[in-house]
Amino acid sequence: MLQVIAQIQTRNRTGGTCEANNGFCPDWIADNYDRYIDPFLQHVFLTVVSVSIGFAIAFGLALLAHRKRWLLPAFSGASEVLYAIPSVALFLLLLPVTGRGTLTGLVALVSYTLIFIFVNVTTGLDGVPEDSVDAARGMGLTERQLLWRVEVPLALPEIFAGLRIATTTTVGLAALAFFAGAGGLGEEITRDKGFQSNIAVAGGLAVLLALVLDLLILFVQRLMTPWRRAAA
Amino acid sequence: MPEAATLEFRRATKRYPGQEEPAVNELSLTVPAGEICVLVGPSGCGKTTAMRMVNRMIDISDGDILLDDRSVTDREPAELRREIGYAIQQIGLFPHLTVGDNIATVPRLLGWEKERIAERVDELLKLVSLDPGETRDRYPAQLSGGQRQRIGVARALAVDPPLMLMDEPFGAIDPINRESLQNEFLRLQQALRKTIVFVTHDIDEAIKMGDRIAILKQGGHLAQFATPAELLMYPADKFVEDFVGADRALKRLALQRVRDIDLWTAATVRVGEPVAEARAKLDDADIDYLLVVDEDGRPRGWLSERGLSGERVTEEFRSKAQPVVEMDDVLRDALSDLLESETRYGAVVDDGGRVQGILSLEVISHVLQAPPEDVPHGADAFVPED
Repeated sequence: MLQVIAQIQTRNRTGGTCEANNGFCPDWIADNYDRYIDPFLQHVFLTVVSVSIGFAIAFGLALLAHRKRWLLPAFSGASEVLYAIPSVALFLLLLPVTGRGTLTGLVALVSYTLIFIFVNVTTGLDGVPEDSVDAARGMGLTERQLLWRVEVPLALPEIFAGLRIATTTTVGLAALAFFAGAGGLGEEITRDKGFQSNIAVAGGLAVLLALVLDLLILFVQRLMTPWRRAAA
Repeated sequence: MPEAATLEFRRATKRYPGQEEPAVNELSLTVPAGEICVLVGPSGCGKTTAMRMVNRMIDISDGDILLDDRSVTDREPAELRREIGYAIQQIGLFPHLTVGDNIATVPRLLGWEKERIAERVDELLKLVSLDPGETRDRYPAQLSGGQRQRIGVARALAVDPPLMLMDEPFGAIDPINRESLQNEFLRLQQALRKTIVFVTHDIDEAIKMGDRIAILKQGGHLAQFATPAELLMYPADKFVEDFVGADRALKRLALQRVRDIDLWTAATVRVGEPVAEARAKLDDADIDYLLVVDEDGRPRGWLSERGLSGERVTEEFRSKAQPVVEMDDVLRDALSDLLESETRYGAVVDDGGRVQGILSLEVISHVLQAPPEDVPHGADAFVPED
C-alpha cells in the first residue's frame, strides 16, 4: 500500500510559469511526450490481451450455454458477480494470489470483460430467426454446421456490439491496473494529477485508444456483415 | 438419385410425453412417385407433425415411414434431410447469405464442384422465373415476399431431390400472388414430377394442388385419403363433409375444364343460308336454337324458330351470343357465366374463337354425376396460361 501511495506523489517540476501554474503547456508536452510511450504501449497491451482472452473465454462459455441451456444461469450469474466486485478492490484482492504485476492486472481486466461478451453472444444467438434455424436443420446441416454457418454469422452484430463495450470499458479500467503494478496510463495520470498538461496527455491517450480500437472493431464488423447494409 | 420416390406411412405414430392423445395416430398412406399428396386439416390435427416425421425433424414414436422401401429411421438424419427438399411457410432464407449462396446450401454440403454449383444456381433461378444476373448476388432483405418464396422453392429443389416437403409454402403470401405462385408451382411440377408432401390448412389450396388429399382431424386421425374429386363426391364422414364445405359441387366443378367434358353439338348457320336448310338443322339439333356464326366460325348470336322467316337467314332476329365460354375455362367459371347471362346455353369456342360446341346447365349437372376417376387432379388438371 505504501508503495502505491509513493507512486502517487507529485513530482517536482522545473521550468516556466505555465508548468508552475499546473496549466496546459504545449511546450512541456512536446518535450516530455516520450515518457508516455511505454505506459501507452502497456495500456494497449493490457486492453488487447485481456479483451482477447476474455472474448475466448466468454464466447466459449456462451456457445456451451447455447446448447446446454441449464448452464446459462450459472454462467451469467458468475460473470455478474465478477463484474460487481469494485475494480480497485479486485486488484488488491488478487495481490496475495498472483502478486504484483501484469498478470494480476490481466486477470482482473479479463474478469470484467466476460459479462459484456457473454451476454451479447448469448443474446445474439438467441436472436437468430427461428425459421432460418429450422430451414438449416431441415436441409441437413449438422448441429456444428448450423452453429458456424448460420447461428454465429447471424449473431455477429450483437457479438461485435459486446466486443466494443468490453473494449472501451477495458481501456477505462486498465487505467486502474497500476494498483496491481501492471502499469498503463493510469500510473502517469495519478503521478501528477494536479498538472493539467499531464492529465491532458495521459487521459487524452486513453480516450484516443478507446476511440481507435472502437473504430477498428466497427470496421471489421462492417467487413464481416455486408448483408446488414444491404437490408437498408 | 431417382427422379421421384415412393413414400409410405405405415401406422406412423407420434406421442409426446405427458400428452394423452397422440399428435399423429397410426397414419397409414402411400404417396406414389411423382404425385403431390396434400396433408390438410384444422390446426392441431397433426399435419405438420406428420410431414416433419418424414425427414426426422420429429422422430417417430411408433410405426414406420419408408422412402423407396427404406425406413427413414435407418438413416442418419442430416444425410436423409439432404436428399429431401424442404420448404416452409416462413421460408427461412439465411439473411446473411446472398440468394446464390442460399440456393447453394445443400449442393455445398454435398461437396459439389464450384462450377457445377454456379450453373445449378442460375438454372434454378430461371426455373422459378427470376433473372439470375439480377437476383444471384442480392440479399434476401432486398427482395419482395413473392421473390423470396420462389427462392425458397429453388433452394429446396437445389439437388433435384426425389421428395419434397412443403409446409404451407404459400401461406404468407397475399391471395393474388399466392394464386400465381400456385400456378407456377403446378407448371413446374408438370415438368419435374417430384413426389411432394404439401401441408396446408386451406381446403381450396388442397383441392387445387393435390393429386391426393389426406384429411386429418384432431388427434392425428386420418379421416380420408382420396383424390380431390373422390373427396368432394364421397366424403367419408360428417367431419370431411363439413371440412370441404357446403359448396362441394362447385368445388368439383373447379377441378374440370370445359375441354375435359362432352359438349353438345352446335347447330350453326350463316347469314344468307336458305331458311329451309336452317329449319332442317334446327329439327336435328339438341336445343331449340341455332347458333349464327360468321365466315370464320365465330359466334354471332342465337336464332330461334320464330326468327326463321323469309327466304334467307338474316341477323335481324338473333339475340346476342352470350356467354362465350373458352375451352380452358374451369366449369365453375363457365357455370357462373351462364348464370350471369341468365341463359341455359353458352357457345364454347377454341383459341381462335371458333365454335366448338355448346355448354348447357344440363351438361354441367351431368358432369357432377361422373365417376371421380374421370376427373383430373394436381398438375394434370393444370393448364398453363398463354
